Amino acid sequence: MTRFRKRRKTVVVSFAEHEADILANLLRNLVELLYDGMPPRATESSDPLAALLDSDGPTSPPEDVVLRRLLPDAYSEDDQASAEFRRFTERGLREGKVGDAKRVLSALEESGADEIALEPDEQLAWLRAINDLRLAIGTRLDIKEEDDYATWEKLPDDDPRRLTYDLYDWLGYLQSALLHNMR
Amino acid sequence: MSTAPSELESPEVDEAIELSPPWVTIVWNDPVNLMDYVTFVFQTYFGYSKEKAEKLMLQVHQEGKSAVSNGNREAMERDVEAMHTYGLWATCEKS
Repeated sequence: MTRFRKRRKTVVVSFAEHEADILANLLRNLVELLYDGMPPRATESSDPLAALLDSDGPTSPPEDVVLRRLLPDAYSEDDQASAEFRRFTERGLREGKVGDAKRVLSALEESGADEIALEPDEQLAWLRAINDLRLAIGTRLDIKEEDDYATWEKLPDDDPRRLTYDLYDWLGYLQSALLHNMR
Repeated sequence: MSTAPSELESPEVDEAIELSPPWVTIVWNDPVNLMDYVTFVFQTYFGYSKEKAEKLMLQVHQEGKSAVSNGNREAMERDVEAMHTYGLWATCEKS
């Protein structure tokens, strides 16, 4: 059972051991996905100007539907401007998301099922990482705006999406509880 | 120091406005992000009051999108990038 409590500005979270393992596994998969297709950074010897400006990132959106949601176009009706924006920012965005996920991972690996004390800047990293997991799972499940919450809640136990939906639901609980304790 | 004739001042103001066309950051509705989280992001990143952040969040939720900030293009690209960091679906456009 996951528990949260607040100690001044610190939020203390404790997980059951299997919950900490599940969260860590989800985060490892996310990190792997974000590394996948990440173009190597230009070095000073290969292209000094690109290395300086960090301007040699990808110019087209990722093929994977989850990555496209995590790294969306910045212009809805201007592909060229989106490509240019992506060239300068996508790698940094991927690295930021990986950084958040790794902060949560190392806290989980250090503490296991013990209490984890989260200072304000760690709380932000946790919120963002949990949100990225929800986006990844929600996109894979193809959850739609018009979906009735009850249809997902009532998925039969033998439905292959059941376990994934339960994880998605649990991550929503984690995020809400963390937010609630941060206020 | 002499006072500048007023006729000379007004055209400059018009020109300045033309030189910096306003851009906006649009946040789009999506089925995953929690309402509380979206409100929190607007408060945290933009420094908006809870009331303003909730109003914008509800506009995103009910109308499908909301213009959450405005300024020059560079500033809006920074805001869009920050929204993507938080996992919100955002784009920039000319207002």
